[in-house]
Amino acid sequence: MRLSRDFARVLVIWVVASAIATPVVAIFLTPDLPPGIATDDAAGQQVDNEVLTAVATPVVLLIVIFLAYVLIVFRQQGSAIEEGPRVYGHAGAQTVWIVASTAIVLGLFAFGTFRLLEAGAAGGGQGPSPLSPLHAVGGESVLPVQVIGQQWQFTYRYPTYDGLQTPHLVLPVGRPVELHVTSLDVVHSFWAYGLGVKADANPGVDNVAYVKPSRVGTFDVRCAELCGIWHGYMFDTGRVVGERSFEAWIKDQQRIFAPVQKYLPPYSDTYLPAPQGRAG
Amino acid sequence: MSRFARRLVGFNLLTAVVLAVAGYLFGAWLGDRISAAPSLAYVAETGENDVSLVLGYLLGVVGFLVGLGAANYPIRRVLGYPPSLPQPEADGIGRYFRFFPDHKVVGLQYLVGVGLFFFIAGVNAMLIRLELLRPEQSIFPPDKYLTVVGLHGSMMMGVMTSAVLGPFGNYLVPLMIGARRSAFPRLEALSFWLLVAADVILLTAVALGGFQTGWTGYAPLSGQGAYGIDAYLCFFALIGLSMTLLGLNLTATVVTMRASGLGWGRLPIFVWGVVTTAAMMVLAAPVLIVALLLVLLDRTAQTSFFVQSLGGSSYLFENLFWFFGHPEVYLLALPGMGILLQLLPVFTRKPLWGYRLAVAGMLGIALISFTVWQHHLFVSGLAADLRPFYMLSTELISIPTGFVFVAALGTLWAGRIRLTVPMLFCLAWIFNFLIGGLTGIYQSDVPSDVTAHGSFFVLAHFHYTIMGGLVFTFFAAVYYWLPKMTGYALSERWGKVHFWLMFLGFNSTFLPLFVVGLLGMPRRVVTYPERFEFLNAWASISAFVLGFSMLVFLANLVYSLLIARTPAEENPWHSTSVEWQTSSPPPPHNFDRVPVIGDPHDYGIAPAGSSP
Amino acid sequence: MSGRAQRVLGVVVAAAALCVLAGVYVTSLSRSPQAAARSADLTLQTVGALGPKYDHPSWVSYLVRDRGGEWLHSTNLEVPANSLVRVTIHQYDSATGLRNPFFARPQGTVGNVIQVDGKTVDVIDPTLTSHTFAIPQLGVFVPLPGVADNAPNQCDAAPCTSAQAHRTITFTFRTGRAGRYRWQCFVPCAAGFLTGFGGPMQGFGYMDGYLNVV
Repeated sequence: MRLSRDFARVLVIWVVASAIATPVVAIFLTPDLPPGIATDDAAGQQVDNEVLTAVATPVVLLIVIFLAYVLIVFRQQGSAIEEGPRVYGHAGAQTVWIVASTAIVLGLFAFGTFRLLEAGAAGGGQGPSPLSPLHAVGGESVLPVQVIGQQWQFTYRYPTYDGLQTPHLVLPVGRPVELHVTSLDVVHSFWAYGLGVKADANPGVDNVAYVKPSRVGTFDVRCAELCGIWHGYMFDTGRVVGERSFEAWIKDQQRIFAPVQKYLPPYSDTYLPAPQGRAG
Repeated sequence: MSRFARRLVGFNLLTAVVLAVAGYLFGAWLGDRISAAPSLAYVAETGENDVSLVLGYLLGVVGFLVGLGAANYPIRRVLGYPPSLPQPEADGIGRYFRFFPDHKVVGLQYLVGVGLFFFIAGVNAMLIRLELLRPEQSIFPPDKYLTVVGLHGSMMMGVMTSAVLGPFGNYLVPLMIGARRSAFPRLEALSFWLLVAADVILLTAVALGGFQTGWTGYAPLSGQGAYGIDAYLCFFALIGLSMTLLGLNLTATVVTMRASGLGWGRLPIFVWGVVTTAAMMVLAAPVLIVALLLVLLDRTAQTSFFVQSLGGSSYLFENLFWFFGHPEVYLLALPGMGILLQLLPVFTRKPLWGYRLAVAGMLGIALISFTVWQHHLFVSGLAADLRPFYMLSTELISIPTGFVFVAALGTLWAGRIRLTVPMLFCLAWIFNFLIGGLTGIYQSDVPSDVTAHGSFFVLAHFHYTIMGGLVFTFFAAVYYWLPKMTGYALSERWGKVHFWLMFLGFNSTFLPLFVVGLLGMPRRVVTYPERFEFLNAWASISAFVLGFSMLVFLANLVYSLLIARTPAEENPWHSTSVEWQTSSPPPPHNFDRVPVIGDPHDYGIAPAGSSP
Repeated sequence: MSGRAQRVLGVVVAAAALCVLAGVYVTSLSRSPQAAARSADLTLQTVGALGPKYDHPSWVSYLVRDRGGEWLHSTNLEVPANSLVRVTIHQYDSATGLRNPFFARPQGTVGNVIQVDGKTVDVIDPTLTSHTFAIPQLGVFVPLPGVADNAPNQCDAAPCTSAQAHRTITFTFRTGRAGRYRWQCFVPCAAGFLTGFGGPMQGFGYMDGYLNVV
């Protein structure tokens, strides 16, 4: 297929620009992409973002270079109306475009599905019976933690510590955590940015999300689903601490909240606390 | 009685308003009687009677439509009179304030209506960015701030769906297919006045304490709140009805009223954009009406569709809403694509490149759009095992979108490009929708969506596709077709000022918002961490520039149409399209003789040696 | 007047009217209850129904006592930074019960205790809680026990007086640096609204407010 000189020029410019820009983006930009690498899940999501950005770079360059070339070279000279060539299409170009776009899309789909099912790439809420095979390897070291969303504060329960309830989330480093996110009233969304976790909190639903923190530090917790007037203030700071600090913290919380322990309902995946209907 | 007073009596806007108020009072009274029932004891406790308010709104709308005269023909038919075509008389400016079943009048009514509510929603956007200029300020208390956010979103979504089909679809489609009228002129007029009634109801929410659910109205939050939410629910249900009728009329017009010999393969691409959108509208909008009706029933009749403890589910609302909501956003994208591909040939002087591919693209988008909605629910826990399927369908939709892109790029290639104001807006579409579309791919990937969902990344994405896409081409259409519809020209110079301020202001506003979203800022928040202040302040100031560009446009519009009134040339863009072959504005019957429509995009010189 | 001058006048009048409308709109939205004067000694009361003198007579609400002893219908509170703030709440409403019994344990106050009618307690029966005063950003959560259902002389219109049936809760907490913090009630006390969180719980100025630390 013979390419016109203009088209060949555009292709060359594009190939050169992509060859330069894509590695630059991949090396310098992608390590800073969200959500960071503080947990296995976050690191997995970051890989997805890196791949998508690397694929997007040549696409953006193609359109931008094409547009710029067209606007510089193919302008009408003067004010008299000139007619362009009567070309209705080009079978070769259309075929190349259809094949290339389909291939990229199917490739991205395969990549995304593989990443979703592979261990460490979850972190999103998976509902009450997650199919994802990850963390079957966790076994006894999996720490279940319940996240209770309500208007307008998250609280947390640790079923393996007698259903202790705390106002802040603290997790031990290096252990897989099984988060059970539920709500007491309306729809919220538990977004732990640094952990790479986002799971909607629906009333009467146990939404499971897995995460394995791999470094000590703090993370932001914010509500990501509009839940009323203080939605913007429904935030918190969580911590990932060493194993011994975690045990010490648990003991401390148990001491502080001992007086209210007898009033807490038994631990359950979901709650329908009274008053539920119209109060008063 | 004087002649003026005699004109006031009859089926017109004044009667409509009077009957609307009467209907509201009657409905409220009826609601008070109903709520004396013991099962509605909550009314006394809350001090709010949702039953009264909703019945008041509904009967008020009925009164409004009866006062306009929209019920006259149905009642005549029920009484046994034979069917008849509407014969509206040409009447001067009074036509535009009546129920007037003529597609050109309704088109101009829509243009003014859409413009007015777009302006109001835009003012709300400026207020949002004002509040978010600094994190620690509280210009609006949080409940009023959420009302502003909800008003901006609801009014924009309510208006933009009809923004192209209403003014330009109604006005131009019969002209472009060589018809003298549309298929159901009375339904067309009805769809416009429903839009007006709906938006007025939404504005009353402000006086009722506002609503705190945003435009998506998630239950059970929408079941919880005070009065203002009823206004929002009634507004959106009426918008859904207006959309359904609008789509129905346009689909029927294109399917049945094309000039003889005008096959589907020679339909102007703008008409393809309109008819695919209209058909989708008819299928998607009723689902919205159902979802909102169920919430209204929860709030008034004490049903429990969305109340978990009584057997309902919040997931039900999310599913119903997004089953409408996702086709809805393609309803916003497709007309913009239709405008883009209709205008590019005019300003490159080439036929549309890849016509069949572009049509396939539009049809593909329309079909696939009904299969993707679960991507709004990726982290909700609902049907998590099906996420790969929805990832596939969402990513697949970028293939037909790509067809539209390649048609645009092919049309530009080797053309003779004139950078008029409409052309500038069309070129901006290509850049903006590229960014919008690519950021959509990020969200279709589930692991990537875990960060993006519910954050400002999503917000920037849909502003790029809806505003950067549809609104830009909407302005292209305004500059392009206003000389045809009114006979007056808009200033080209001020149009360019408007364009550059808008394009630069728009990109400067929303590019930083991608970043704050990825850094962890959720949507619909009234405050944010201090480290996001710089980016938010940048976005806010750019937004004020964007808002200012709208004022430039408004000034241009008002000056050109109302004050200077320079008559436009007969065919200022040198278009060969059918609508330009008749006068500006066209006569009431559209054509003296229905033209033979050949090549829909008849431009360009055939290469030497080839057959024409 | 020529046609063109008439049109110009029309446009100017319409533009002015639109600006006025926009101004009315913005000012009506930005209206907020006025703050009581800054004090390290906060006195509040919670009422079961505001009564006919206020908008929404059937809604529950907080009121705050101004320096002059007047009761303001406001939830915009001002306290000094880096200080020990002493709060007295006169609670006139009957119990609804906490949705999450966790908040029945006072947190964030000095000693994690409160005084109820003079007696120091470190937890309240969550089913007997009427409201809470909570400042989540400062870690302060204080449950407020309700007046018994059969208590004589209950208050049914604000502002309530000390002669009417009430509980008195006092506590102290420390403020740090200046800022605007939100405070809210956690009890679903909005009578008649679904899940008890509509109306007064979602309208600023009744059961939710700002604590301005200045």
